[in-house]
Amino acid sequence: MVMDSVYLSVEKLDKTFLLHNQNNTRINVFKDVDLKAYRGECLVIHGESGSGKSTLLKTLYGNYLAKDGHIFIQHRGARVDLVRSEPRKIIQIRKETMGYVSQFLRVVPRVPCIDIVAEPLLERGIDQAVALEKAQTLLERLHIPSHLWNLSPVTFSGGEQQRVNLAHGFIADYPILLLDEPTASLDAMNRDVVIDLIHEKKAQGVALIGIFHDAHVRESVADRYVDMHSIGSLTP
Amino acid sequence: MNSQARNEQPILSTKNVTVYYGEHIGCRNVSFDLWPGEVIGIVGESGSGKTTLLNSISARLEPDEGGVDYQPHTGDRVNLYALSEARRRFLIRTEWGIVHQNPRDGLRMGVSAGANISERLMALGDRHYGTLRDSAEQWMTSVELDTARIDDMPRQFSGGMLQRLQIARNLVTKPRLVFMDEPTGGLDVSVQARLLDLIRQLVSKLDLAAVIVTHDLAVARLLSQRLLVMHQGEVVESGLTDQVLDDPQHPYTQLLVSSVLQV
Repeated sequence: MVMDSVYLSVEKLDKTFLLHNQNNTRINVFKDVDLKAYRGECLVIHGESGSGKSTLLKTLYGNYLAKDGHIFIQHRGARVDLVRSEPRKIIQIRKETMGYVSQFLRVVPRVPCIDIVAEPLLERGIDQAVALEKAQTLLERLHIPSHLWNLSPVTFSGGEQQRVNLAHGFIADYPILLLDEPTASLDAMNRDVVIDLIHEKKAQGVALIGIFHDAHVRESVADRYVDMHSIGSLTP
Repeated sequence: MNSQARNEQPILSTKNVTVYYGEHIGCRNVSFDLWPGEVIGIVGESGSGKTTLLNSISARLEPDEGGVDYQPHTGDRVNLYALSEARRRFLIRTEWGIVHQNPRDGLRMGVSAGANISERLMALGDRHYGTLRDSAEQWMTSVELDTARIDDMPRQFSGGMLQRLQIARNLVTKPRLVFMDEPTGGLDVSVQARLLDLIRQLVSKLDLAAVIVTHDLAVARLLSQRLLVMHQGEVVESGLTDQVLDDPQHPYTQLLVSSVLQV
C-alpha cells in the first residue's frame, strides 16, 4: 500500500506500569510494538484477556502514557508523533482526527442523552440543528426509544448506556477510530447495527483498530489481525 | 496583532512562581502556560499550595520569585506584577473573573442580587437602569436563578444559589479568563452536580480560559482538559487530565488517585 494510506503507524512502542505504592511493582505490558493502520481497513487486535490489548488501545489514544516509542498520526496533513505531543495537540487530535469508543459511558449528571451524542459535532463547530439531527438518526438506528432522548443516561440500563456511548463515538467523521469491545453487552439486533456502522466507516475510508470478544462481530468486520504476542506482549 | 495570532500564544504564562511564608514554602518553581479557551485543574490535598498558587497567578499575591505574564485583549503582553495598581485593577475588572470558594467573599452581601450582577457593568460606565436590569435578569436565567428574586438580598439565598449568583456576577462583563477556588466545595452533592454542569456549559459556550482549584478529582475530570498535581508546594505531575488520572506516574499522584473511594 502507498504511504499516504497509512493513517496511524506505531513504532517500537513500550508500555510499563510502575506502581510506586505497591512495593514498586513493575508491570511490563508490551515492548517494541510495531503496527500500521490503513485507510478503509479494520485492524483487529487479538490476544487473551490480560495480554495488553486494551492498554495498547488506551496508549494509542494518549489516555495511557507510552514509556517509549512512537505513535505517528496523520493529522492536519502532517505526521505527528502523539508520544511527543503537548496535551493541547493531543486534544486537537482527539477532536479532529482520532475517536475512541470505550466499553463504558462516562455520564455527566443532568446532561440529556441526545446532547451527549451530539457533543463531538458541536465541539467541531457544526451547527446545532445538524448535530442534533444526526444524533437522532444514530439513536434511532441503535434502538434507543425517543422518549429517553431528553433524559440523562444515568438511570439507563448497561446496554442502553453502551448504545449511547456508541452513538457518541460514531457520530463524527474521524479518520481514525479506536474500538474497545464496543459490542460487549449488546443483543444480537444491536450488534448487527454496530457491524453495519463499522462497514459504513470503512466505506468512508476510516482506519479502524478494534478489540472484539464477540467472534461473530470480529469475523464480520476484520480485514486483518495482529496478535498481541507476536507484536510484543510481555505477559506470560 | 490580530485575534488569530493572539490565539497562537498563551493567555497566561507562569514562570518559576515561588512564594514563601517565612520559613515555609507556599509554592515553589511553578511554570505553566494557559492557552485561550483552555481549562486547567489544580489538584492536591489541603495545604499543598493550590490556593497560594491560584492567588499568585491571579494578581492577588506577589510571588517572591518568578513572574506571571498576561496577554490582554488588546495591546502587548504584560508582566502582572510590573503593572501599576490602577491598570492591574482595571484588567481584573474587565477581563477576569474570580470565583471564591465562599461566595460571601465574592459577593456584596449588603446589596440585592440584581445589583451584585450589575456592579461590574456600572463600574465600566454602564448607567442605563433598563439595560442593567435586563442583563441582570438574563444572567440570573443563565445560572438558573429565579428572576423573581432579583431584588432579594443575597443573605436570603441558599449556598448553591449564592455560588451561582457569584458566577453570574463574574461573567456579566464577559471575561476571557476565570479563576475558581473550589467552586463546588461545601455544597450538597445534588447542588454540586447542577453547578458543575452549569460551569462546564458556560466555559464552553463563552470560550473561557480557566484555572480551577479543587481537591475533588471527579470535579477536575469533568471540568479540566489539563491537570497540575501539587504536593508540598510543588507541581509533581502535569498532563492531560484523563491521562494523569488513569495512568498517574508520580508516587504521590498514584496515592491520590488510588485513595478515592469508589461509589
